[in-house]
Amino acid sequence: MIARAGSVEDLLERAAAGDRRAAGRLLTRVERGGGDAERIAEAAWVRAGGAHVVGVTGPPGAGKSTLVADLVAALAAGGARPAVLAVDPSSAITGGAILGDRVRMAAVDASVFVRSMATRGHTGGLALAVPGAVRVLDAAGYCPVLVETVGAGQLEVDVSAAADTTVVVTAPGLGDAVQANKAGLFEVADVFAVNKSDLDGADHARRDLELMVDLSHVTGYGDPNWRPPVLTVSAASGAGIDEVGEAVAAHRRHLASSGSGVERRRRRARFEIASKLRRRFDRAVAECLDSEAAGATVAAVAAGEMSPAAATRLIASELLAGASAGSSPAGGR
Amino acid sequence: MPEAAEPPLGDAGPGPDEPPIRAVLAKLGLDGHDRGIKVVARMLRDAGMEVIYLGLRQTTDSIVAAVEQEDADVIGLSMHNAGHLTLGPAMLAALGEAGLDVPVVVGGIVPEPDRLELERAGVAAVLGPGASTEEVVATVRGVVLGR
Amino acid sequence: MAFETMSGVPVDPVYGGPPYPGQYPFTRGIYESMYRSRLWTMRLFAGFGTAEDTNARFKELMRAGGTGLSTAFDMPTLMGRDSDSPWALGEVGRAGVAVDTLADMEDLFAGIDLAKVSTSMTINGPAAILLAMYVAVAEGGGAARRDLAGTIQNDILKEYQAQKEYIYPPRPSMRLVTDVVRFTTAEMPRWHPVSISGYHIREAGSTAAQELAFTLANGFAYVEAALAAGEDIDSFGRRLSFFFNSHIDFFEEIGKFRAARRIWARWMKQRYGATDERAMMCRFHTQTAGVSLTASQPEINIVRVATQALAAALGGTQSLHTDAYDEALALPSAKAARIALRTQQIVAHETGVANVADPLGGSPYVEWMTDEMERRAEEVFARLDEMGRGSILEGVYAGIENGYFVGEIADAAYRFEREVNAGRRVVVGVNRFADGDDDTAPNLLRIEQDTEDYQLKRLDAVKRSRSSEQVDAALARVAGAAADGNANLMPEIIDAVRAYATEEEISGAMASVFGTYTEKVIV
Repeated sequence: MIARAGSVEDLLERAAAGDRRAAGRLLTRVERGGGDAERIAEAAWVRAGGAHVVGVTGPPGAGKSTLVADLVAALAAGGARPAVLAVDPSSAITGGAILGDRVRMAAVDASVFVRSMATRGHTGGLALAVPGAVRVLDAAGYCPVLVETVGAGQLEVDVSAAADTTVVVTAPGLGDAVQANKAGLFEVADVFAVNKSDLDGADHARRDLELMVDLSHVTGYGDPNWRPPVLTVSAASGAGIDEVGEAVAAHRRHLASSGSGVERRRRRARFEIASKLRRRFDRAVAECLDSEAAGATVAAVAAGEMSPAAATRLIASELLAGASAGSSPAGGR
Repeated sequence: MPEAAEPPLGDAGPGPDEPPIRAVLAKLGLDGHDRGIKVVARMLRDAGMEVIYLGLRQTTDSIVAAVEQEDADVIGLSMHNAGHLTLGPAMLAALGEAGLDVPVVVGGIVPEPDRLELERAGVAAVLGPGASTEEVVATVRGVVLGR
Repeated sequence: MAFETMSGVPVDPVYGGPPYPGQYPFTRGIYESMYRSRLWTMRLFAGFGTAEDTNARFKELMRAGGTGLSTAFDMPTLMGRDSDSPWALGEVGRAGVAVDTLADMEDLFAGIDLAKVSTSMTINGPAAILLAMYVAVAEGGGAARRDLAGTIQNDILKEYQAQKEYIYPPRPSMRLVTDVVRFTTAEMPRWHPVSISGYHIREAGSTAAQELAFTLANGFAYVEAALAAGEDIDSFGRRLSFFFNSHIDFFEEIGKFRAARRIWARWMKQRYGATDERAMMCRFHTQTAGVSLTASQPEINIVRVATQALAAALGGTQSLHTDAYDEALALPSAKAARIALRTQQIVAHETGVANVADPLGGSPYVEWMTDEMERRAEEVFARLDEMGRGSILEGVYAGIENGYFVGEIADAAYRFEREVNAGRRVVVGVNRFADGDDDTAPNLLRIEQDTEDYQLKRLDAVKRSRSSEQVDAALARVAGAAADGNANLMPEIIDAVRAYATEEEISGAMASVFGTYTEKVIV
């Protein structure tokens, strides 16, 4: 089949043949969202080859981008064709962003693909855009795909839901393991990397994390068959990078050989579907409330003629009936 | 886009309206003066743009790679070492070779006759050291929207 | 010479009570009679095109009575790159003179007796290589190392913070700086091995207080590194010098210069244990603020430069470079450079400010400003001391690594820009009083493409005529010395330049051991 020039199929084909510009274009369209993004993600899904998706996250100042650059260098040297999605927050006030992470990563090797993404104000939106972008890179033949996120809070938890393996990077002096736990980093970690191993306190940080890992094992957090290794690394000198790469590879083998991989993919699918459903229902709710019938119900509540709970029940039954009767424009495969 | 019009599904992201301008900012060659380019990076960010900041010691290859991978709308090159008449056209040639039609804005110390020469060579705009925020932002917007 | 006013009123060398100028802590100046006994040095920077071009400019300056040469190198030379490197494209000979091999250095100083002049070389990353070339040229011409006088900037720390002309990572770079300090201390007693420079920190956008604090902190770091290498503080301390910026906020600048002397003296004595007062004196060169010059209405820059030169003189500088009014547009033209020199000659010889040491000392505002600058600098030192757990050197390394310096400077630069933009800060001819820019473009100096062509041919000829076995062997010895933490690199680098190894080859041999540096992006 010859794809029409400029069509999604054509762009995907070109991206798979190594056309960086085609891949760049597709990522922009995925990032913009809407039906176009959905179509692209869908088409990419058909072509995707199951690239290993590695999330890299941790508090600001931990040295994530240097570590990612080192990891990518090691991967490229080993013959892989890695890609990086480097995610940084947009300014809450202006919506703009300065994205500076690609410099070190792209300096590594011309074969490395680096794309910088800003959160554009909604982490929820990002939870939708990242899986699509990962799929485009996967379809273009990049493997592994590394997703780097900064900060603390919902963002990296969302992003790690799109990852097969999540590396949490910390460094001495950035707060103790308890804080890392509070920030939700703990639950998502498959590998811990304590960066800046040359600094005082690196060993202390490592021991703290080991302890927390042991405790979480007791309390039953995470994968019962995988104990996240805690590695010390110096991204500045490169010491310990190979061990991180090896731990990431070992986790991938673990996912393939145990039931954990199936479980992980099920969770990932559930998360992604939930995100999409939420987005769709939000929209449906907004549309429904704008309808004439719902307007009357809202007015009745406002006039004290109907209770809010009764109104909700009434509108919900209409909404859900409409949803099940509605068509599915995306179609099945 | 050449796709057939379909109703948006509305569940894949924030929606297609008004995506931010994406600008690649870089210094080409060895010149290390980065005060101006950093100030411009913040100006553009504060005007709502996404700035892919490459900073110092970039090559035409690394800039082309960034423009392709980041799907940039505009390139800002900062020059303070009197190398602009060589490096500006070298950048344009590299973009042409890669088949990229992305406007290039040059900022820095560029004497008037050189400014005209750069514009004749295909540089979209030249901003001098005294340019105000409004001028910088309007110029970048202008060259992107006027493409 | 009579020290009296224009109207014939006699004036004393100094007014006010102790501590006087020339007395610890030297707030009021490092010499008792300051400019009465010796005016500041009017140092002019030259360097453009090929070595032969600059040599001709040097000889003109010597004929005009100059005894000090000051050399500006082009960007590839400053970055350890040869003219034929792909990185050098468009930058050969543009912003300074191109030097690739000893042959260029021989041309640069041809016909000049290096035992009789004092030479300043503005170079940092590859400072050791250029110093080695200078030594080789001088010795080739019959001069002895011990007779060579001059300064090499060799201030690598501010490169990571502001000017960005680094090659290797900070720690191996510091080892190279320390090797130069040790080599010159042992063999070149008239040479100043480091000129600790705040100028570039300020040009990168810092405030006056940051310039003061970061520069002196770097000074402390070099002192700690030299002490760790076993050097004697009183012998190397005497040969350290500083280089500051003189910006447009008049009294703030004067307060900064005065505070610099007081802080340096106190720290050298109290923290580092210097006993020789000469090792406590903060001697400095000053240059007017290039970044304050405007491209619109360039002639009015002459007034800015004059005001800044006056602040430097009132602040007690030891030497001064005044900027040319057209520097916001291009390299200085000959006419603009002459006006710049005349500007400081007016300050020195017409205004009478040189007749009295520290004439502003005792002014409540000036003394308060001096104290305030010191207080702000001490806050930074405390922070660095904490970051380095009791070591300023480690604190500076940490600040480079975590982006502290770069971030602070970028914040200050952006704040200033916004103030100008909002009109809260007036820049005449730019955001106020802007009419009258009649666009008569001044006659600018232009470097033509044939410089690059000439330099490439020259480099090629040198490479053909040398012995490649000798070069390879010398480079292997440089790499060997780089790998040996106890060796001093200088003797091996001198051998390599004598074999006509290029700057980039020698720099590359060191980089093969030291690695290279890419900065963390902080915008």
